[in-house]
Amino acid sequence: MAYNLKINGKSVSVDAPAEMPLLWALRDVLGLVGTKYGCGVAQCGACTVHIDGKPVRSCQKTVGSVGAASISTVEALAENPVGKKLQQAWMNLDVAQCGYCQAGQLMSAAALLTATPKPSDEQIDAAMAGNLCRCATYLRIRAAIKQAAGLTTAMKEQANG
Amino acid sequence: MADGFSPSRRNFLQVSTAAGGGLLISVMIPGVAAAADAKGVFAPNNFVRIGADGIVTIMAKNPECGQGIKTALPMIVADELDADWSKVRIEQADSVPALYGAQRAGGSRSIPNEWIAMRKAGAMGRALLIAAAAETWKVDAASCSAAKGEVIHGPTGRKLPYGKLAAAAAKMPAIAPEAIKLKDPKDFAIMGKSVMQYDLPEIVTGKPLFGIDVRLPGMVYASFEQAPAYGAKLASADLAAAKAHPGVHDVFAIDGGANPSELVSGVAVIANNWWTAQQARKKLNAKWQAGPSAGQSTADFALKAAAAVKQAPTLSLRKDGDPDAGFKSAGKVIEAAYHYPYLSHATLEPQNCTAQYKDGKFEIWAPTQAPDTGRQIVARVLGVKPEDIKVHQIRCGGGFGRRLSNDYMVQAAAIAQKTGGAPVKLLWSREDDMAHDFYRPGGFCNFKAGIDKAGKLVAFRNHFVSFGANGKFSQGAAMAPTEFPAEAVGNFELVATVLDSAIPTGPMRAPQSNAHAFAYQSFIDEVAVAGGRDPLDLRVELLTVAAARRALLSKTDPTSPFPPFDPNRMLACVLKVKEMSGWGRAVPKGTGLGVAFYYSHSGYFAEVVEASVTDAGQVRAHKVWVAADVGNQIVNPSGAANQVQGAVIDGIGQALGLKIEVADGATVQKNFNQYPLIRMPQAPVSVDLQWVMSDNAPTGLGEPSLPPVIPALCNAIYAASGKRVRNLPIDLSAT
Repeated sequence: MAYNLKINGKSVSVDAPAEMPLLWALRDVLGLVGTKYGCGVAQCGACTVHIDGKPVRSCQKTVGSVGAASISTVEALAENPVGKKLQQAWMNLDVAQCGYCQAGQLMSAAALLTATPKPSDEQIDAAMAGNLCRCATYLRIRAAIKQAAGLTTAMKEQANG
Repeated sequence: MADGFSPSRRNFLQVSTAAGGGLLISVMIPGVAAAADAKGVFAPNNFVRIGADGIVTIMAKNPECGQGIKTALPMIVADELDADWSKVRIEQADSVPALYGAQRAGGSRSIPNEWIAMRKAGAMGRALLIAAAAETWKVDAASCSAAKGEVIHGPTGRKLPYGKLAAAAAKMPAIAPEAIKLKDPKDFAIMGKSVMQYDLPEIVTGKPLFGIDVRLPGMVYASFEQAPAYGAKLASADLAAAKAHPGVHDVFAIDGGANPSELVSGVAVIANNWWTAQQARKKLNAKWQAGPSAGQSTADFALKAAAAVKQAPTLSLRKDGDPDAGFKSAGKVIEAAYHYPYLSHATLEPQNCTAQYKDGKFEIWAPTQAPDTGRQIVARVLGVKPEDIKVHQIRCGGGFGRRLSNDYMVQAAAIAQKTGGAPVKLLWSREDDMAHDFYRPGGFCNFKAGIDKAGKLVAFRNHFVSFGANGKFSQGAAMAPTEFPAEAVGNFELVATVLDSAIPTGPMRAPQSNAHAFAYQSFIDEVAVAGGRDPLDLRVELLTVAAARRALLSKTDPTSPFPPFDPNRMLACVLKVKEMSGWGRAVPKGTGLGVAFYYSHSGYFAEVVEASVTDAGQVRAHKVWVAADVGNQIVNPSGAANQVQGAVIDGIGQALGLKIEVADGATVQKNFNQYPLIRMPQAPVSVDLQWVMSDNAPTGLGEPSLPPVIPALCNAIYAASGKRVRNLPIDLSAT
């Protein structure tokens, strides 16, 4: 059946079964493929989106359960000032290797900095623990979050390669 | 480690006018070019294009799977071309061996194989642009130079940008490859400076880049049910039940063979989205015949391995001197058994491929590390000529060697033959991916070492046990006869036993090395401790012995059978990492430093880990230091450091938590909850890296950076806790 979902600030009609995970509605029905599939069981975080600003694993949220909540995906991350800063920091520090997990990493990081603008190292590790990076770019992800939060300078992080 | 890749054939260059004007430079394979000429066909190659707008387009020839090669190879071209990097655009080439030569991501070989060819491609362009400018100005070409996308006439300071010269340059006579002058490395202007990975702006904004993101008009989605036990054939399935599921287009069986690297038996479910195909697949209730791995299990393998050690080995791989006499005369003999498990690659993007079959021809969009290998298998299995299979190289969400196998490509192609011409995207679930890998094989090392009163190594033996068939090791399971300390001790013996197994195996990031480094470099630590020696100092001593022996050999035998391992290069790395890590300094109780080195893929890596162990046996790697020699030029320092940091953390993650087990011929672990990849809180605080620059051509680093971190961590655990890790993954409750 058809659901009206609020995605990236627009009302979008999605014709899908109620129990279809939001991830697949985004990817296969709407063509918003920035949100990635990695495990389907909320273990990897590649499918992280924001629902009313909170980070949610879209593989676990069904289309029928979203209701009027506001969904935001990586495709709209640049419209969020925190998201934009994070994207810039990701590029400044050349964070990615294969890049497959990075949309989910960025969405989790944006939720973290929105709730906690100046996170401690422990808060960063805790907020990002649900996002796997198979290439293990964790050091640069940490550094980029700190840079986006204004906790370090670009120069200092660059020196660490 | 030998990796089976043949050295690059000598390339040469062609120059022509690009379609739409401008300069086009091609790297050609001699044999291929000759064949094309004999047919009278002009092949319009497109390797470097310079347009009138000054935009320099460089084709990225090899598959990108996170190793950064899409950025690094064009950097080499652009540097010799003296291009303005901000005007460089990189395009991923399709798989066309006739135009681009071997296109493959494996063995850390892209940089060494392409180093000279890429430089020449750029240097030829620079020479032609300079020639064109000299002609325009009516001056001697020798009075002109190039920099940042412009030719400059030295005496007058006149400048012409490449865009204005491109059309004239294309008409300049080609230069013989031998006559192309390469830059003095001190003049490199792009290489050696960090460049952001080219695709990063698309990555951070969620643009479609990966195989899983491919979307085509009229595309349908496929899920493919395979036997849990590798290579088993379908006995029965309720195709009608799955087909009745709403949204399903079709359900059909695929007939396959027992070779998991080609087409296996299974059932394809085609639907209007992938999730629906997955839901319908649950209704198949598929039953399978007994396959080649029926009854095999990890527990049984362990029993057989333990029995094998008590019997004569099936293979003798190396014997130097008289090991038995060495053990007899030794002051002390140390024995230890090491084991490492099977592992899965677990690329975060599960295997997938999109294919279309129309008019007897295939078009395939494949995230693969070996596109032409896939093409050849598709051709052979599905009876289509290779030239009728167009393969697009699509960015891979991780490779690690998994995508050197193209089983998913053959499946997608076989399915596409039955969708009435509609393109079909096959996607594996995470569970499919973990259950159908070409695993890093497990293995067992049974070591014996003899030391004299000074702790000096006098005899060494290993009875190695791993898996294969018919007395031969399966892929990734073998052991080279050159494993260190092979050259560092006169009495050395390596024997092996091959156990039968039908578990599919394949190369995984630093194949063999990723396992053997753990065993050998941990045992060398045990030898040091037993002899009352500092573990780093003993390594220096062994490398010094090996270097002296090597020097002697090369004097007496210029065709030495030993591989080109240079102990002196490793020695420099060990001494550098000693200094970097402050080796020997006092550390808090429960904390220790561990060192290891390993040579693989022509790369020399020495690494130190600082780790702590709690009373409860909780391990934490805090800091890592890496000193490495991969030659005289780091192409992209940022990308290189990223690879090394990632490899180090990947290795730590493998050691801390990963194993694949088998029960009744099928994989036990299903998803990341049972295969716990390392997460950010477990990652060290820092991985400090220094390159030891040596006068050798540059070699790869994505693989050789991984192996030593595992024994360095295990040796740090020993230093911290007195507990010796002899089984992976690390479980201190068991020691």
